Amino acid sequence: MKKIIVLLFIFFPGFVLASGEGVKLEHVQVDAKDLESLKRGADLFYKYCSGCHSTKYVRYERIATDLNLAEAYVKENYMFNSDNIGEVALSSMPADLSKKWFGTTPPDMSLEARLRGNDWVYSYLIGFYEDESRPFGYNNHVFKDVGMPNVLAGLKQELGEEKFKAAATDITNYMAYMADPVKVERESLGIKVIIFLLVLLIPSYLLKKEYWKDIH
Amino acid sequence: MNNEGVNQDRRWFLIGSTAAVGAVGAAAAAVPFVKAWNPSAKAKAAGAPIKIDISKLSPGERVIAEWRSKPIWVVRRTEQSLADLPKLNDSLRDPKSEMDQQPVYAQNPNRSIKDEYVVLIGLCTHLGCSPTYRPELGAEDLGGDSWLGGFFCPCHGSKFDLAGRVFQGVPAPYNLEVPPHFYEDENTIVIGLEGEAA
Amino acid sequence: MKQIVDSVMDWVEVRMPVSKLYKEHMADYYAPKNFNFWYYFGSLALFVLVNQLLTGIWLTMYYTPSGGEAFNSIEYIMRDVEYGWLLRYLHSTGATAFFVVIYLHMFRGMMYGSYKSPRELVWLFGMGIYGVLMGEAFFGYLLPWGQMSYWGAQVILSLVGAVPIVGDDIALWVRGDYVISGVTLNRFFALHVVALPIVLLGLIAMHLFALHEVGSSNPDGVEIKEKKDSEGIPLDGIPFHPYYTVKDIMGVVVFLIVFCSVVFFFPSGGGLILEGPNFEPSNALKTPEHIAPVWYFTPYYSVLRAVPNKLGGVIAMGGAIAFLFVLPWLDRSPVKSIRYKGWMSKFALTAFVVSFLILGYLGTQAPTPGKTLAAQIFTIIYFLFFILMPFYTTMEKTKPVPERVTG
Repeated sequence: MKKIIVLLFIFFPGFVLASGEGVKLEHVQVDAKDLESLKRGADLFYKYCSGCHSTKYVRYERIATDLNLAEAYVKENYMFNSDNIGEVALSSMPADLSKKWFGTTPPDMSLEARLRGNDWVYSYLIGFYEDESRPFGYNNHVFKDVGMPNVLAGLKQELGEEKFKAAATDITNYMAYMADPVKVERESLGIKVIIFLLVLLIPSYLLKKEYWKDIH
Repeated sequence: MNNEGVNQDRRWFLIGSTAAVGAVGAAAAAVPFVKAWNPSAKAKAAGAPIKIDISKLSPGERVIAEWRSKPIWVVRRTEQSLADLPKLNDSLRDPKSEMDQQPVYAQNPNRSIKDEYVVLIGLCTHLGCSPTYRPELGAEDLGGDSWLGGFFCPCHGSKFDLAGRVFQGVPAPYNLEVPPHFYEDENTIVIGLEGEAA
Repeated sequence: MKQIVDSVMDWVEVRMPVSKLYKEHMADYYAPKNFNFWYYFGSLALFVLVNQLLTGIWLTMYYTPSGGEAFNSIEYIMRDVEYGWLLRYLHSTGATAFFVVIYLHMFRGMMYGSYKSPRELVWLFGMGIYGVLMGEAFFGYLLPWGQMSYWGAQVILSLVGAVPIVGDDIALWVRGDYVISGVTLNRFFALHVVALPIVLLGLIAMHLFALHEVGSSNPDGVEIKEKKDSEGIPLDGIPFHPYYTVKDIMGVVVFLIVFCSVVFFFPSGGGLILEGPNFEPSNALKTPEHIAPVWYFTPYYSVLRAVPNKLGGVIAMGGAIAFLFVLPWLDRSPVKSIRYKGWMSKFALTAFVVSFLILGYLGTQAPTPGKTLAAQIFTIIYFLFFILMPFYTTMEKTKPVPERVTG
């Protein structure tokens, strides 16, 4: 019987190793607690990305609270389409126009990092290379024949390879935050819950043991 | 089974402590369920303060704005109307605005921060209909000469003066409510927030 | 004060036998004293059920079952509703926990022969519960209205189309549209939150009612009611309350530690609980690269894919579930528990569990020729476990069952 139990546990990790073929992705290490990095990422995101990409589930007020930014700063630097801090961030570009320009409507970025994973986002951001055959002169290693122009080209030139990768990491960090904004709160609450349950385990274990003295 | 030598005190203690800690856990577990009923971030954004531009409002006119799905009225009263308000005191239910229907900064004879402009939630305190604006003096259907301008609720006939004060002998029990508001500048009223000056 | 309480209690007792019920099902309900680790999962299943009902009710307060708004309303719950994320993760992780607990509970039954006479009805109601749970999971999985929800349902519903002659008409009728659409979403929502939970609660009541009539089995498969003392109390029985209540409470706490670790630290479960593609709104024009059902369906999905014929695959998949229902009549062994069965039964059960797990793994993977071959081999082993059961359970030499429970 023990054999079956052992086998059960040997095979369970097998499930986790699902999927994962295709293009090789660059690994990125992001830190949801690094507010500085998140702020740099947000600055870059609203400068380079939010003109075309909406983040329609992300409220400006939430950004201000979670990233510990002044509302005035958020209003000044991130909010271009609304003066209500409680609103969500929509792109300034009409969908029909963007479809004409890029062949497709730029997707919403609220959940991109959870959809494709942080590594993909990072690899994509640093994955542009020159390709004359494409309408905007660029292609991407992880997204073949991408419709998006290489908007970060200027930034890359200005910062140089190393600093550009750091900037891409910050953007990835911010996008990971947008996709899962509750992560920090969730994990800190989780620790409290687990500690509480461990405390509760003590009297309930002793209670069980006390009663089961009768049996053995 | 063997029930001899049972330490009943110890059992009661363990039952009590498990139950107590468990009860704390149950109460904590209830918190998300209770809090989930609070207004969501979306509702809060929709209920955010609004701004009303009064620069184009001439004496005797009214503008209507919407705040938290309620009609907000701003009426710019004429000199005459303001002078008439005290004359009505004897026929009103609550002429001094003693009931808690307005912020303290509007608890004055004109029920307003600036004398001219009164800000009201345009819902009758009887059953929540929106009264009509009837500024004309001596309206025949509203009591002729004694009518000095005000609001009339068509649902059940409640009448209010131009400060939103309710008349006696009508179904509405209280004066019209004054929402929290302040002047951001000369021409802009913010509804839904208490100003620092207040 | 005590007098008032007593008289109220008496008043109620005359009209509704509360204390009689309490005695019958708790204080004077005698359960075997030798329950081991595997006997926690019944009460845990009930606990998870309560979690699913509570969080489910709360989620319906914010969820919008319409093609245009369903996906948005999930994000509304996750971001705008206070603690909405927690309610949703408790529900989504709860679904996975439900199947973990139920599979272990079923395995317990198979291992110790709990389905054998006189407990066939307990097993049948239990299998009914399992069937309804699969329905709950299938309908519920469409509700987030992401790509995986959409295409998962599309694939499963197209299976119905394999039925000869009327298949396509049935699929059309179930969908209520030519593709999965808001109409389908609305009816799945109704089934998920109203119809199936009612059926589920009914079946659980029957499951417990039948169980309490015959009493629980145990790891030795000894009928404790056959050896009673002078007062008619089973010698190897102990009152369910307090002994198993305190034990199950401890079990719930341990379960919660594991469960909350997942909810708070791994809510996506590495893609097993919440799948990446489901963070993209459903799109009828774009299929995700790789469609796989949620992990608890993957063994059957593997069986389906193993058969190189659409109708055959559907029949095999149905058969894989149907065989479980008739287990009590396939097992001809004179003993209940695996402890006293022969090596053939032990080998067969091990092979079954291994093939179930491997099929489950293969079902999460994109098919390759090698993997398909593996799926075919383990599908055959899966079925041989059932088909050969009447033979090996009668052929093998069993060990003598003790008079009384051990340990």
